Amino acid sequence: MAATDLALPARWTRSKSNNGIGLPAAPGIATAYLTLIVLIPLAAVVWRATSDGTSGFFEAILQPQALAALRLTFIASLAACALNAVFGTILAWVLVRDDFPGKALINALIDLPFALPTIVAGLTLLALYGPHSPLGVHLAYTQAGVGLALLFVTLPFVVRNVQPVLMELDLEAEEAAASLGASQLTTFRRVILPSLMPALLSGVSLAFARSMGEFGSLVLMSGNIPFKTEVASVHIYGQIESGDVAGAAALSVVLLAVALVVLGLVALFQRRAARGS
Amino acid sequence: MAARLALRGVALGYLALLLALPLGIVFFNAFGGGFHQAWAAITQPDALHALWMTVLVTAIAVPANTIFGIICAHALVRSDFRFKRVLDAALDLPFAVSPVVVGLALFVVYGRTSPVGAWLLAHGIHVIFALPGLVLATIFVSLPFVVREVAPTLAEIGTEQEQAAAVLGANAWQTFWRVTLPSIRWGVIYGVVLSTARSLGEFGAVSVVSGHLAGQTETLTLFVEDRYQAFDPVGAYTAAVVLALLAFATLGAMNWLAAKEKSKWQSLPATSEKASATTSP
Amino acid sequence: MTSRFLSLALAATVLFAAAEPAFADGHVTLVAYSTPREAYQAIIGAFQKTPQGAGVTFDQSYGASGDQSRAVEAGLPADVVAFSLEPDISRLVKDGLVLPTWAQNAHRGIVTDSVVVFVVRQGNPKHIRTWDDLTKPGVDVITPNPFTSGGARWNVMAAYAAQLTTGKSPDQAVAYLTSLFQHVSVQDKSARDSMQTFLSGKGDVMLAYENEAIEAKRIGSPVEFVIPDDTMLIENPIATVAGSSNLRTAQAFVDFLYSDRAQTIFGTYGYRPVVASAAKNFSFPIVKHLSRITDIGGWDAVNKKFFDPQSGVVAKIESQIGGH
Repeated sequence: MAATDLALPARWTRSKSNNGIGLPAAPGIATAYLTLIVLIPLAAVVWRATSDGTSGFFEAILQPQALAALRLTFIASLAACALNAVFGTILAWVLVRDDFPGKALINALIDLPFALPTIVAGLTLLALYGPHSPLGVHLAYTQAGVGLALLFVTLPFVVRNVQPVLMELDLEAEEAAASLGASQLTTFRRVILPSLMPALLSGVSLAFARSMGEFGSLVLMSGNIPFKTEVASVHIYGQIESGDVAGAAALSVVLLAVALVVLGLVALFQRRAARGS
Repeated sequence: MAARLALRGVALGYLALLLALPLGIVFFNAFGGGFHQAWAAITQPDALHALWMTVLVTAIAVPANTIFGIICAHALVRSDFRFKRVLDAALDLPFAVSPVVVGLALFVVYGRTSPVGAWLLAHGIHVIFALPGLVLATIFVSLPFVVREVAPTLAEIGTEQEQAAAVLGANAWQTFWRVTLPSIRWGVIYGVVLSTARSLGEFGAVSVVSGHLAGQTETLTLFVEDRYQAFDPVGAYTAAVVLALLAFATLGAMNWLAAKEKSKWQSLPATSEKASATTSP
Repeated sequence: MTSRFLSLALAATVLFAAAEPAFADGHVTLVAYSTPREAYQAIIGAFQKTPQGAGVTFDQSYGASGDQSRAVEAGLPADVVAFSLEPDISRLVKDGLVLPTWAQNAHRGIVTDSVVVFVVRQGNPKHIRTWDDLTKPGVDVITPNPFTSGGARWNVMAAYAAQLTTGKSPDQAVAYLTSLFQHVSVQDKSARDSMQTFLSGKGDVMLAYENEAIEAKRIGSPVEFVIPDDTMLIENPIATVAGSSNLRTAQAFVDFLYSDRAQTIFGTYGYRPVVASAAKNFSFPIVKHLSRITDIGGWDAVNKKFFDPQSGVVAKIESQIGGH
């Protein structure tokens, strides 16, 4: 157990139970709690989304402003996750293979976006890159600002997924490649990266799920301009406030579907990672 | 060598621009007008009430999720039952669902227009726009943390001790209280730390269900937004500083606990053995 | 471990129960639109110094007028509702939350007045003085979203009425609105959010309540405002909530709002007082031609014609422009 687990804590073993002493009531209580707290409310959203019929559902999600919000969220999330895939790998590399004073502190800092409330994240980015920026960089009310906020909140995912794999890597393969004359870049590309790929993809998927639903950091930063900087979650919020609950539910179902697909992908990649190691 | 320095530079530069500098500015803005101004801002009644609401909501949500977490972990690891795989998969939902959708979900179930909500209101129980709504939202978003920390621990420690206790005559509950629980305590504590951090920082879901009644249903995160909108940047930044300090405390606790777990601590998480062991297909 | 868990659970239950407010008559929850926050805070302070107000505690919520009204409809607890325009209160009459007699006092239920103005950068670099100036090329207009914000509706109707006053036909006036919305780059949720946007550097001109403009200047923002020759009188209503358990105190508070003391405080925050004896302490500029919502049919008719989310004129304009 460690900070890694905050990304998506390690799954329990899915094999058969260890024939220990089971608490007879435990499964029932656990299922009831989860159903009451999570499953029923989510099912209610799905129900509400279709309460105007299938045509009502599609009408709601094909509304121009809703589509624009979904498109922006999708593209901004992809961009932010792709960037953090690169930087995250670099960060993981530096934290595992390099040594410098203060490394422990930097390592601890990586988890800050997990621990910091999203509204505070938004405020901190606004402080440095908003209208009163001491650096003269003004990213508020722009799509770049949206991307920046998503970069912040998805920073730890790839790092934390790649770090353990990087640490376990057998250096023999790399040394062999070097002795055969491969450059550092080639070694990285053909020896190291393939082993990292499942963990990297799993991290990117988690990051993507996270950024599709991101809300708090964007509320202050993006200006929420319809068709320009309004993301899906903010649009949903606006719909709830203006009384269009069915429309909000319809868009939420789309986001839920994306989340389920991503969770499925993550499970797939984690299985590949386990098989590979 | 150059490559190493270049990579280090890129990594540290990225972190500085994205994390360190922005945070620094927040602290600077909070205390820019002097400590007294910041203190006055954070001790105004609405700020203190918001802090109280955050603490209260967390104090209810975290114990609830801890009890659930331990029971659920136990069920997943020590029992076989029909919906085990579904339960395990469903536990990840709170990680992937947008907070606004969580708020909407509660709004649909407990709002005035739903049968459940109407019945509750008729009996004087306010969920939406009141404390129970905030609590339910927070429980939802921080639900999986304790389970996900305790289950692997439980799987790892094995059942010999429990079986020994059974042989010596202990019943299921005695075994649970006196053998199982103490052995998973660090997993529980770590899960509690993560769960607490998540609860303290919740914004989107509570934003939908709170009604933003300053002094009544505003948590500290909602207060930050409220102060910013009210042209009170000092109020917003000082509240943000309080939350940031809590976040730092969380990071500190996480790392300290990780150190306790690993005897040889090189400040890097080293759980790959556990991770690979627990992702068996 | 057991006892620790149990005591924790017990503590949680006690806290939970204790946190449910059990207010006696000495508490008022005020749900208001987005801009009068500062004014009400001062007025509440003054009220608490009066005999009826001594010891009364307040909870306040401010947000976009439409959204706040819908929140109260959805169950947001409130004792006093103060919104930007009358329909946001009438909505609650339909649900029985506000008595149909709410507007039957000497001031027709209106507690403050204002007018629609143009807020511009210091020095008015783009020389914006008339409604036609707003639709000149390159002019970026800030106004909130009319489907959530009350202030936005006043802005739109002021624009429309101004066109009619200058002799345009209704169709030409609607064409003007279309042109105007093409110049709007951001539509925030509430009037206060709009001000935030404008003050952060976005836009050349903001359509706003006069009182918001005065507030912006009061906090030292580098802006000024222009009152166009033709603009509309803004009237902000207030009512108590019928089922409130604090009705007596709530009514005392609303009565206090019509006192000279409260109206004078409103005046200092830029609102035009509705009580003559307080109004004479201020010299708000006279508007050359001030139209009223009743001139163009009253809010009920206007809401239906312009702001119906499906068939309203403004809805059609927005989807026309937004579907790019």
